[in-house]
Amino acid sequence: MSDKVDITLDINGAAHAISVEPRKTLVDAIRDDCGQTGTHIGCEHGVCGTCTIILDGEAIRSCLMFAVQADGRKIRTVEGLADGETLHPLQQAFIDHHGLQCGFCTPGFLMLAANALEHNPDIGDGELLDVLASNLCRCTGYQNIIKAVRAARDTMRGAKV
Amino acid sequence: MERARAAPAPEKIRRASAWTDKKETMKPASFRYHAPKTLDEAVAVLAEVAPDDGRVLAGGQSLVPIMAFRLAKPTHLVDINGIKELAQIKVDGGKLRIGACVRHAAFYEPVCDGPLGRLLATVVRSIAHHPIRTRGTFCGSVAHADPASEWCAVVATLDGEMVAQSQRGERIIPAKDYFAGIMTTTLQEDELLTEVRLPMPAPDTRVGFQEFSRRAGDFALSMAVTIYRLEGGKIADPRVGIGGAEPRARRIAEAEAALRGKQPGADVFNAAGEAAAAAIDPLEDIHTGAEYRRDLVRAMTRRALDSAA
Repeated sequence: MSDKVDITLDINGAAHAISVEPRKTLVDAIRDDCGQTGTHIGCEHGVCGTCTIILDGEAIRSCLMFAVQADGRKIRTVEGLADGETLHPLQQAFIDHHGLQCGFCTPGFLMLAANALEHNPDIGDGELLDVLASNLCRCTGYQNIIKAVRAARDTMRGAKV
Repeated sequence: MERARAAPAPEKIRRASAWTDKKETMKPASFRYHAPKTLDEAVAVLAEVAPDDGRVLAGGQSLVPIMAFRLAKPTHLVDINGIKELAQIKVDGGKLRIGACVRHAAFYEPVCDGPLGRLLATVVRSIAHHPIRTRGTFCGSVAHADPASEWCAVVATLDGEMVAQSQRGERIIPAKDYFAGIMTTTLQEDELLTEVRLPMPAPDTRVGFQEFSRRAGDFALSMAVTIYRLEGGKIADPRVGIGGAEPRARRIAEAEAALRGKQPGADVFNAAGEAAAAAIDPLEDIHTGAEYRRDLVRAMTRRALDSAA
């Protein structure tokens, strides 16, 4: 029953050849088998959103998918956001606007917000609120996260013009 | 002593924490994984593993949490995500045909012209949260049949049809014969729900939807789907569906009778709300008593009718 399956996870452009039981969730495989611990595990049943990653261009909860299902697909995690030593505008905005305190939920929020801004760089405040309501944060009270994402949106929009 | 000299193996450096080396711990119980590429293959595998507690895995947004709690311990999972023909959505013969792998997020923008596309685009905003909507599927919700499922309420209200495929053939199940109770349907264990078909209402049909939940994305405590047309200023073909309040979503004939032939307005909408509240047999739990649920049904019905456009 515990037969392992050989798969390759493509995380931020790097191929990780691993062998996992089918019951291993994607987030467990990303952290334990591929050593990419930027993605955090919270509730493990799809409520808190801290394990949010981007799979083939869509934000998903990596605790609600099995690693075998992600074989060969493009995974992006928080480790892939910064460009070398230069932080992603979202990361910088989270610092500037105090969008984190303990930082546990931050990787999930960053990937959630990054995906929303990639899909719609001109996303309105209302729709942004709908997206950001997906994840839980126990420190900030959310207002500074919302401020940070709005600021990053405006920075990124400005940079493009 | 040994520790000082021996360089750690590169494999060990890569690993995040020492505890992961000791013993692999995983929340779900073991299962065999099957990833068929065609519908025929899927139905064949399901026929083989279903008697042995094999289950279908679509979006996994309900099944995987249940497995994490080990409330479900399927011995086999048949993953249908690789079957391309199931990812289709199309209008055919006056019906919207939604394949088994169509995700909730597909409905953000109207999938078809007219009132049905508008209704689905409104309803999808109440389903969980964005990262759930990118994985979860319409048909998966209908197969799971949670009492608080928005899609189940839509299917019941519109009298949709479920297409069940097995090695024994194809079966079309009307909504009134499909929903059997809390997370219970008349789908057989070897049957795959390949498609849900929704009839397309006439272009002048007004559609409304309202639900109440304590926080955005929570399971709804009650919801109403309301549909009607106007003929000579009077309500024609009214449909009132209630979800989240009873073990299964269903149309409420008493509320529809209160609307039929009447001129739309606050008094008539209130009467329909009263009728729906009186007709239901409410679910009860520690947070939500029967009277509270009746009150919510009354309010949701009235507001859905108010919002119908």
